[in-house]
Amino acid sequence: MHPMEQSSPRASTYLAEGAAHGEAASKTSADHAGNALSPGGPSPKMRARNLTVRYGPIVAVTDVSLDVPARQVLALIGPSGCGKSTFLRSLNRMNDTVPGAVVSGDVELDGQSICGTEIDPVLVRKRVGMVFQRASPFPTSIFENVAYTVRVAAHRGQRDVADRVEHALRQAELWNEVKDRLKESGTSLSGGQQQRLCIARALAVEPEVLLMDEPTSALDPIATAKIEELVSELRKGLTIVIVTHSMQQAARISHRTGFFNMGSLIEVGDTTTMFTRPREHQTEDYISGRFG
Amino acid sequence: MTAVVSGTPRFTISPRRKVVNKAMLGLCVAAATFAVAVLMWIFGYVIVQGARYVNIDFFTNLPAPVGEAGGGFLNALVGTGIMVGMASAVSIPVGVLAGIYLAEFGRSWMAQVVRFINDTLNATPSIVAGLFAYTLVVLQVHRFSAIAGSVALAVLMIPTITRTAEEMIRLVPRTLRDAALALGIPEWRMTLQIVLPAAASGIVTGIMLAIARVSGETAALLFTAFNNRFLSFALDQPMSSVPVQVFTYAIAPYDDWHHQAWAGSLVLVSLVALFSAAMRIATRNRHRMRA
Ligand SMILES: Nc1ncnc2c1ncn2[C@@H]1O[C@H](COP(=O)(O)OP(=O)(O)OP(=O)(O)O)[C@@H](O)[C@H]1O
Ligand SMILES: [Mg+2]
Repeated sequence: MHPMEQSSPRASTYLAEGAAHGEAASKTSADHAGNALSPGGPSPKMRARNLTVRYGPIVAVTDVSLDVPARQVLALIGPSGCGKSTFLRSLNRMNDTVPGAVVSGDVELDGQSICGTEIDPVLVRKRVGMVFQRASPFPTSIFENVAYTVRVAAHRGQRDVADRVEHALRQAELWNEVKDRLKESGTSLSGGQQQRLCIARALAVEPEVLLMDEPTSALDPIATAKIEELVSELRKGLTIVIVTHSMQQAARISHRTGFFNMGSLIEVGDTTTMFTRPREHQTEDYISGRFG
Repeated sequence: MTAVVSGTPRFTISPRRKVVNKAMLGLCVAAATFAVAVLMWIFGYVIVQGARYVNIDFFTNLPAPVGEAGGGFLNALVGTGIMVGMASAVSIPVGVLAGIYLAEFGRSWMAQVVRFINDTLNATPSIVAGLFAYTLVVLQVHRFSAIAGSVALAVLMIPTITRTAEEMIRLVPRTLRDAALALGIPEWRMTLQIVLPAAASGIVTGIMLAIARVSGETAALLFTAFNNRFLSFALDQPMSSVPVQVFTYAIAPYDDWHHQAWAGSLVLVSLVALFSAAMRIATRNRHRMRA
């Protein structure tokens, strides 16, 4: 954990940073009382209902209902092992790949259920992309990392692949750094560049939602700042859910924040509200570093 | 910090550790030297005995009749090439696919059974593989044949390739698989186009080991492909091979033949070494993953 997080005594510290970094936090000013978005507001891009995920006897996520607003950034925070990754992975059926994982409840994308055996997880994942904590470039060239994804996942013809690769790399703010070394190995990049390569790869599929699981926790502050800028840019056209252990990060880039503890969603609301006037005592304790 | 600067130095290696360290390193070096020395001795001996008799004739001529000087191993070299090639054509795809199956679906009871049988086969003496091919092919058609020989060699190659392929595919990190799946890449593509290439260099090593092993295989060929004095391309006829020819010549009572047996051994060892090196270079992965 970042030393600053542990030593910051007051929750409002994060907010000062958040405010300094942009308008993110103040977009939606209405006070949302529940987990659902306010009635009459924009309909959610994704919606989890009574979601419970078990790994054998372990219950990792307990009865979580949460709306993911469209074209906004939703940050998920909470102590280690509280089920953030598990929740995130159930938003694009990645829990299917874990032997022994059992998901109950429902997840909707644009009002349509994505759970159930008749739903093809491959199609879901094309619309709901994911970036992980550890960047894993494919063992091919930088160009081919993105081009392969364009060809396979986005079903594009051979013709405009190069253009689309460039577009994706530009979107991920990586193009200028790699345009002269596209044939080099993806693994030859620095950690931060690899992470942006993975983001470019995910964007090449043109997803509607991007899930990010601690995308910057292995990166230095400069690389982290680049990714955060990138998220701020991407949220204009994309719905983003980001799991983070850095509360400054949540404050800087998210519109809404959800706090998880022991598998339950404790509260979710405007990032501003969450960091200044959290409803729950646990949330305040966690944000101010009293536990976790 | 200050405590370190004053007082006695606390970070020096204890004398005992130094001694143990030296001793262990010495042991390792000695063991490695011994292993390499034995290898070099054998290789050197083969060179000394065989080099004099390796010439153009050896590669281009058929065996000379008893008593006549000269003659070569052309039939045997071609035979080994054909039979190892046919065995590889079958066992490489079968072995790699079986390896994928075991690595990706290895928890089912079916896979456990397959793995057990495969490991048993891996430890089976080559003469048993020969006997299997003998029963399966030779006894049915009442004739030794190149096909029977290839079957025996394939039976020997499949378990080695399967085992290495499984191990190498298992070494591919889960994060890479997750990353691929999360992009909406179907599972079969992920396996064939992401995981398999990532494991390729290791799998190639396994294939090379298998080829090297069967190239020198004698017992399995003695009563399957048998031998043939003539250059033959007929797959349903007996076919010569370098190891069987070396064996035949080595136990014959003629000095000429002994020389040729040494030359055959040298050529066999060199070919396998060259082939391995070439394959390694050809399949070297530029995009090696960081551990
Ligand atoms: N594959 C798995 N098999 C069994 N249990 C698992 C598995 N993955 C996660 N768990 C368990 O589920 C619970 C939630 O894990 P999860 O990874 O979702 O936590 P997290 O909030 O993402 O934690 P972190 O912040 O450390 O990443 C933990 O108790 C964990 O031990
Ligand atoms: Mg996690």
